[in-house]
Amino acid sequence: MFQQGIQRRIKYQAELDGNFAKEIASTPGCDNLFSCIQCGKCSGTCPLSIYMDFTPRRVIAMTRAGFKEDVLRSQTIWLCASCYSCTVECPKEIKITDVMYALKQRAIKDKVYPKRFPTPVLAREFFRSVWKYGRNTESWLIVRMYLKSNPFKMIMQGLLGFNLWRTGRMGLKTESIKDRTGLQRLLEAVERAEQKENRTPMGERE
Amino acid sequence: MKYLYYPGCSLKGTGRAYEESLLAVFGALHLPLQELDDWNCCGATAYMAVDEMKAFALAARNLALAEAQGSGNDDVTLVVPCNACYLVLMKTQRYMQEYAEVGKKLTRILEAAGLHYEGKVAIRHPLDVLVNDIGLEHISGHVKHSLGDLPVAAYYGCQMVRPYSTFDDQHNPMSMDRLAKALGAAPVDWPLKTRCCGGALTGTIENVGVRLNYILLKEAQKRGAQVMTTACPLCQFNLECYQGSMNRQYEERIHVTPIYFSQLMGVAFGLSQHTLGLHRSLVPMPQQLAI
Repeated sequence: MFQQGIQRRIKYQAELDGNFAKEIASTPGCDNLFSCIQCGKCSGTCPLSIYMDFTPRRVIAMTRAGFKEDVLRSQTIWLCASCYSCTVECPKEIKITDVMYALKQRAIKDKVYPKRFPTPVLAREFFRSVWKYGRNTESWLIVRMYLKSNPFKMIMQGLLGFNLWRTGRMGLKTESIKDRTGLQRLLEAVERAEQKENRTPMGERE
Repeated sequence: MKYLYYPGCSLKGTGRAYEESLLAVFGALHLPLQELDDWNCCGATAYMAVDEMKAFALAARNLALAEAQGSGNDDVTLVVPCNACYLVLMKTQRYMQEYAEVGKKLTRILEAAGLHYEGKVAIRHPLDVLVNDIGLEHISGHVKHSLGDLPVAAYYGCQMVRPYSTFDDQHNPMSMDRLAKALGAAPVDWPLKTRCCGGALTGTIENVGVRLNYILLKEAQKRGAQVMTTACPLCQFNLECYQGSMNRQYEERIHVTPIYFSQLMGVAFGLSQHTLGLHRSLVPMPQQLAI
């Protein structure tokens, strides 16, 4: 019984991904990932680090060491609200917000984000709506996010929804641009460019 | 000088009052804002989290449209009131120049959609235009209604002064404070003016998002502010719409009224509540704002 509960807490080097850091650092904006001195100023200034499973400083250290699974499955990257405080404060001018974005993109691509965690759901619903209409209609975006993550919460938010509708701030008409085909052409051109680089694009289309 | 205007999705939805008051105020100053024709969503933080190149392409389409609609002027000014749109458009412009491969790739992608961008658009926040182009002296000349030294906490939010814009200080910006003063309000000294409101976190991880906004409002109230002026539809939404639940959750009595800085301007200019969208607020207004 006792022995069954014991698990190895430290990874063998063979389990790490030696290319992970290089892949992340090749994203525009993430170029000086390797100059991090682990000072922790990012974690200190981050208004959300107190909620994170790994602080931003640790995420950088883990990314560099190749802890791919742990970093991509962390809540940290989905708690980052992109306030750029760390990016401005970093003494080595690492664009940490961009590193977080690169990790989010990778987690979505590899489908390893925490299940039913609403942030990636919101990101994907937003992505779909803009792909189709060129704009996002806030009311439908919110409805779809709740349906796919936590339908119960939508009922709780009913009063707020009603108040927004009452004050003319929540229309149900879908917003759209005129030149939808032009936008499709643009986004398809991105996919082609990305395919050329052997990267699998998201291509979230209905 | 003609200003092109990029509203963004929120200013057509939950942030309608921002658009209404901004257009009214620029109109009162005889500086019409012309809406960019067929603009698309900037991509916001969500697109960047899914696919960086598509996020850049979305933003670049708007920049290309702005350049084409700038009626042959060499310099086109695009006024972007939403902090998130402002940052995304600036970031795209910056990365096209800073990273050659991004610039080259985007140029080819735009061409595939029959568009072209040369980088001639100046992306400006309306606060920057008001304070630095029009000037506070000119603005205070339009004041018709006394705000009676209404104590105001100027809240800039994160993405306006960080990390790309250069019109104000990244740690302690002052433009909105100076504007409030020129309008006859009394800006309070408070240290959280660029601390993040959490953005979309109120919708995704509510307890965390609400806490961030609670910290902002509580500190503003402690320093005597009755009103918090905002410059971003998302900050405004969070600070305004979650005040009730925050008071219940933390057993507090916070009553700081968040309004757009353009609404404060409009009130000082003597414009009606309806013109400024003040009737859309879910939080009661202090007396000094009633005309």
